[in-house]
Amino acid sequence: MSEAVFAPTDEAQAAEIVRASQIPGAIDIVGGDTRRGFGRPRVGARQMSMAKLSGIVFHEPAEMILRARSGTPMRAIEASLDAHKQILPFEPMDPRPLWGTTGEPTVGGLVATALSGPRRISAGAVRDSLIGLRFVNGAGEILNTGGRVMKNVTGLDLVKILCGSHGTLGLTLEATFKLLPRPETEATIVLRRLDDISAIEAMSRALGSPYGLSGVATIHAGMGRDFPRTLLRLEGFSESVAYRVERLQTLLAEYDPRHVLNPPESDRMWRSIRDLDFLAEPRERAIWRVSVKPSLGAQLLKHIGQTALASLLDWGGGIVWIASDATEAAATTIRAATRACGGHATLMRAADWLRGRIDVFEPPSPWAMAQTQKLKASLDPHGVFNAGRMYRL
Amino acid sequence: MSEIAFPVPDPTILARRAEIHAGLAAILPPQALIVDETGRRAFETDALTAYRRLPLAVTLPRTTEEVARVMRFCREAGVNVTPRGAGTSLSGGAIPLEDSVVVGLSKMNAILEINLADRYARVEAGVTNLGISEAVGPEGFFYAPDPSSQLACTIGGNIAMNSGGAHCLKYGVTINNLLGVKLVTYEGEIVEIGGPALDPEGVDWLGLICGAEGQLGIVTEATVRLLRLAEGARPVLFGFDSADQAGQCVADILGSGILPVAMEYMDKPAIHITENFAHAGYPMDVEAMLIVEVEGGAREMAIELDKITAIAQKHGVRTIRESQSAMESAQIWKGRKSAFGATGRIADYICMDGTVPTSRLPEALRRTGEICASYGLGVANVFHAGDGNMHPLILYNCNDASEQQKAESAGADILKMCVELGGCLTGEHGVGIEKRDLMSHQYSAAELDQQMRVRKIFDPQARMNPGKVFPLEERAA
Repeated sequence: MSEAVFAPTDEAQAAEIVRASQIPGAIDIVGGDTRRGFGRPRVGARQMSMAKLSGIVFHEPAEMILRARSGTPMRAIEASLDAHKQILPFEPMDPRPLWGTTGEPTVGGLVATALSGPRRISAGAVRDSLIGLRFVNGAGEILNTGGRVMKNVTGLDLVKILCGSHGTLGLTLEATFKLLPRPETEATIVLRRLDDISAIEAMSRALGSPYGLSGVATIHAGMGRDFPRTLLRLEGFSESVAYRVERLQTLLAEYDPRHVLNPPESDRMWRSIRDLDFLAEPRERAIWRVSVKPSLGAQLLKHIGQTALASLLDWGGGIVWIASDATEAAATTIRAATRACGGHATLMRAADWLRGRIDVFEPPSPWAMAQTQKLKASLDPHGVFNAGRMYRL
Repeated sequence: MSEIAFPVPDPTILARRAEIHAGLAAILPPQALIVDETGRRAFETDALTAYRRLPLAVTLPRTTEEVARVMRFCREAGVNVTPRGAGTSLSGGAIPLEDSVVVGLSKMNAILEINLADRYARVEAGVTNLGISEAVGPEGFFYAPDPSSQLACTIGGNIAMNSGGAHCLKYGVTINNLLGVKLVTYEGEIVEIGGPALDPEGVDWLGLICGAEGQLGIVTEATVRLLRLAEGARPVLFGFDSADQAGQCVADILGSGILPVAMEYMDKPAIHITENFAHAGYPMDVEAMLIVEVEGGAREMAIELDKITAIAQKHGVRTIRESQSAMESAQIWKGRKSAFGATGRIADYICMDGTVPTSRLPEALRRTGEICASYGLGVANVFHAGDGNMHPLILYNCNDASEQQKAESAGADILKMCVELGGCLTGEHGVGIEKRDLMSHQYSAAELDQQMRVRKIFDPQARMNPGKVFPLEERAA
């Protein structure tokens, strides 16, 4: 990693640097640099480290909200949440295992990449919990959007477009999140040896039940495992979890639901799913994340065939994680299968050369691409931030 | 505050009325176009009835293609467009202008697809909010956001305003339950955004469009998440001697790790008005009342209610009434959901919709009372306490012009206070015309300019639902 050229110590300084950098591709924004393998390779002239704009601005446990500066390490957020038995609802991943990085993931990186974990199916995505942002636009103006309350429909919601924009639209200064109480306990029902068709059926039936599942995934055989496992997580008060485990076991009797993981095994299992531990090695493989209608998860994998060297279904089949060879041929196969299933595919990890040559994100429709360019121009008219990070210029 | 201003109608457009009527008649079947004055009269206002403007023409397209035709015609003719669902907006979001063409979605009310395996429904924008839940209810599913107007309001209107409801404490608001839309742009282009998958691709256009008050295009179809109904739901009523006790109870419940499905607050005037109308069995001798609802299996609910009741007792709860039957639960909710209607029977009212941080609720309630008293007006408070979304109903007599002005001034003062306490102008009703001129209290000029620049990428001349959301002078600039 090259040295950061800019390292503002306060937001006025950050805005001043932006105002003094009004040329295309002037600044690449860097948080903890733990997700640097995500997105198209950096081409910006200079790096701006947000590390010194760090710290929790407030954590109001009774209001279930937290605001932090963008350089705040996620570790600091987790420590404060732990102290009050609260969580970020969307179960953010630790990016380091997948991308093989060290250092500290930050709030800014979380907002930029907007990757939601397994609990997204019941508690919403990053953007559903992100209720406010303070940011610098490309003109160097410090702006607020959203706020600190959960219900807010005042004006255009720019939070949504900034969240997940990989720093291409603005420089995050502060982010405000809505929180949830940490569930008292959890349990995971494990269905063994289901083929994909049965796994999808079982996951759909569980998600269509009244028992409020907070994690529904299938880990395929391989990756050091001799048979597939379909995992169904329940969280809440212990009496409630016990009751719902029993009801789900009745509902899914035909799938042999007698195996149950309790803490800490259950927790450890979901952490591995969240962080893609099963797919991280070998490191030279490309990792894809395909989003489809959940019932099509199995069909997608059938289309992809042997190109998928290892795979994992999350969100009840709605997210398919795939490891493939890092080749253009594999990319072509995966993209074609994705189109056939009406989904969209993101190349999450691959060597720089491959991410420079093929589309990392699903190519937008002509309308969406034109709008994306206009949106970029409306927020960052000179193209100062993260040039080419999402789409080819 | 003086009466809310409307943009001055463009005389050249008004002068071309006959030509515009003829142009619309050429692209729409007769039953999809209303040009006579009596017919147009029905579309001159919404639920902000103190304001009205007779639109230039009313179109009621039956297909997305017809909507696109109207949009292309309006763009070429340089005419403003006012989208309309059921016209239940409390902020004037659907009030037309004299030089605008209304595009009403009421005839697009088909449910196109229900997929329970993937838990979504695809519907036309004119389907009512409740219509979705009714269609999937027999299968044990529902669509979660439940604004009080859910019997009448449409999903298209809900998307425009990013509507909430009583149960969004657990289930979220419209955007949290929306998967995709079909959008007709002001250019008349038909675009698909999102779909049955949970994850957006590229820019989150859906998140931007939802809540944009119809200024980025007209939504003609929506794909919404369906959720499985809980095994059961049970509300409990708590009566308190003071607003402070009730407010503290709310904060403690939220801080305790319990997340009820709903937590609703009513003050004494609201309790009395509602009880006299709905006979819901509300306690008449308390200053404040909470309705707290939990869901789950019978035993799960009993355990949660025990924990919640213990917290209420810590805060000196005086009356506790736990629902013992489905009928009793329905009665408790009937009272809450009819609160606005019941208030309308005894007085005219304007309903404010600011949100404050939940820790500031007691202070916000006290100051709301003081503000209204200073104008000599009564107020009833009934709102979503769990998320701090207040709904003071300011009571006045609409036949007394000075009272209406006082009520609007009191409302503006209350909303400014909400912003000052760290909240916002509107939690779920939208800005519309009603709060448009207060926007500069929440946003800086640079922030409003940035929002308007984003709006312009969809509609460079700001012809979609003009006169709403952004202060008029900002728009002129």
